[in-house]
Amino acid sequence: MIARFWPMFRKEFIQMRRDRLTLGIMIGIPVVQLLLFGFAIQTDVRNLPTVVVDESRTPQSRDLIAAFVNTGNFRIVAHVDDRSALDRAIDRGDAQAGIIVPYDYPRALARGPSATIQVIVDASDPLASQSAISAASAVAQVRNLELLRRGAGATTARVEARVRPRYNPGLRSPNYIVPGLVGVILTITMVLITAMAIVRERERGTLEQLIVTPITKTELMLGKIAPYVGVGLIQMTAVLVLGRVVFDVPLTGNVLLLYAIALIFVVASLSLGLLISTLVRTQQQAMQVSFFFVLPNILLSGFMFPRQAMPVVFQWIGALLPLTHFLKVLRGILLKGVGVDALWREVVVLLAFSVGLIVLAVRRFHKTLD
Amino acid sequence: MTLAAVETRDLTRRFATLTAVSHLNLRIDEGEVFGLLGPNGSGKTTTIRMLCGLLDPSEGTAVVAGIDVRVAPERIRQHIGYMCQRFGLYEDLTAAENLGFYGGIYGLREAALATRVSEVVALLGLQPRLGQLAGQLSGGWKQRLALGCALLHRPDVLFLDEPTAGVDPAARRDFWHMIHDLAQHGTTVIVTTHYMDEAARCGRIAMMSGGHLIALGTPAEVAAQVVGPGGTLEDAFIILQQRAES
Repeated sequence: MIARFWPMFRKEFIQMRRDRLTLGIMIGIPVVQLLLFGFAIQTDVRNLPTVVVDESRTPQSRDLIAAFVNTGNFRIVAHVDDRSALDRAIDRGDAQAGIIVPYDYPRALARGPSATIQVIVDASDPLASQSAISAASAVAQVRNLELLRRGAGATTARVEARVRPRYNPGLRSPNYIVPGLVGVILTITMVLITAMAIVRERERGTLEQLIVTPITKTELMLGKIAPYVGVGLIQMTAVLVLGRVVFDVPLTGNVLLLYAIALIFVVASLSLGLLISTLVRTQQQAMQVSFFFVLPNILLSGFMFPRQAMPVVFQWIGALLPLTHFLKVLRGILLKGVGVDALWREVVVLLAFSVGLIVLAVRRFHKTLD
Repeated sequence: MTLAAVETRDLTRRFATLTAVSHLNLRIDEGEVFGLLGPNGSGKTTTIRMLCGLLDPSEGTAVVAGIDVRVAPERIRQHIGYMCQRFGLYEDLTAAENLGFYGGIYGLREAALATRVSEVVALLGLQPRLGQLAGQLSGGWKQRLALGCALLHRPDVLFLDEPTAGVDPAARRDFWHMIHDLAQHGTTVIVTTHYMDEAARCGRIAMMSGGHLIALGTPAEVAAQVVGPGGTLEDAFIILQQRAES
């Protein structure tokens, strides 16, 4: 079944190499986009999933936590017992903020001079972390004003919120934008290039001659996407290297793991393009459908705006985009340095997308002219 | 009795409101050069596409190289060669790359592929154009190359849909020599055309009009059937075209 894959692969490879303009655009797009987005893009996030470690378990600490919740910025998703459980929740992306109230909080509050609480934010998401940071200091300030008003001199203790941004301690935008851009660029170029693949052969009249041969649908489809898997990985490398050299974006985790998961994501995107190619009649339509698809990817995947802040419906739509899951992988590996134990769910979802989309594309494609 | 290379029974194809081919019954023997003749829209191309498995028949059956197109269209592919009306090869690949690609697609590998490609190149005299991009070849050379690609897997039945459109007379004459050569070696050739001189070169022709088979036989027999004794194919063709238009 797979024997004719190679001639198909070779042919696609030769054609890809010969189409200098498209190849140039594919290499050029990542560079231009990176520079544009990296320099140009420098907004209140609500309902940030938050994990709480309440060591003191007193009315005062519950009062404080309620104050955090009342800001609307924090949504408590779990109470855990210790700091390591909190760290794990943030690593996995289950939570984006953590509040730690120390066991001596009421005593420090009573005695002064200050009672310190810790707020940890996942700064791989700058919009979310910025709003968490400002909300945390606002909570502390409001508490202090209240304490002052209740009786000046009765207590002099101040509440101090120490905010610790994790993963991106400098709160640098490039650290957030560049990993996301890898995913966005791959989505745009990979979907677009294969969306043209079948329909181009139809328009040029080469499909008729091709489908009259014994090549199977699967051979044809796999042979079409394979050369571009390599192009996708080269694109990713270009953005990562530029990100490292020009914007000083860290590569914290296992790069090999990133490439392995990127491979799955690239196949999913290419297969989606192929599916589009089987649904449209002209290259023009393929282009339009692809661009139409790009918009939700930029707006709903979590690339620019935190998904937690979106209405649930949009969160669901976002979950239907392979990019949403791949972004978690990119930020997880590049900024957090997490391994497959924290990302296995994303890997499973991306695998399901790849296999599902390629099967759909093969089933949609018919070796007849109508 | 020779075996039928192609046999159709009530082969019919409808597109929405149009019946492109209506209850076509044909039997074409192995080694024949068979012409499908008729004005544009008479159903020639639709017939060939059904025989190649590119279009599903709406009704009726067709057996090609012993295989029913409705039962196993995929199994037919290894037994047939097809040259579509419009140049169907990759214009951004060279002649040699197109041959290599199609040879590979038809299951030829390495040494066997190289051997077969050089045989076909020798047969069709493609040597001087091998390194040229297919898109830059003239009509005659494109047609030779397309024929070459369709012959690599030694098909039993060769379908040529208006193979000489846009080809100069000398190249057409050469092309027909090759066709007769192939038929002498046992390949069945089925060709559509609206050139009368080409139709005259076929062993037998089927004249089609409005999806119906109007006349069948040797070129002389068909001319006689349509026009009457002493008629020419050209007269027959014009009569049919006028009938179709009225």
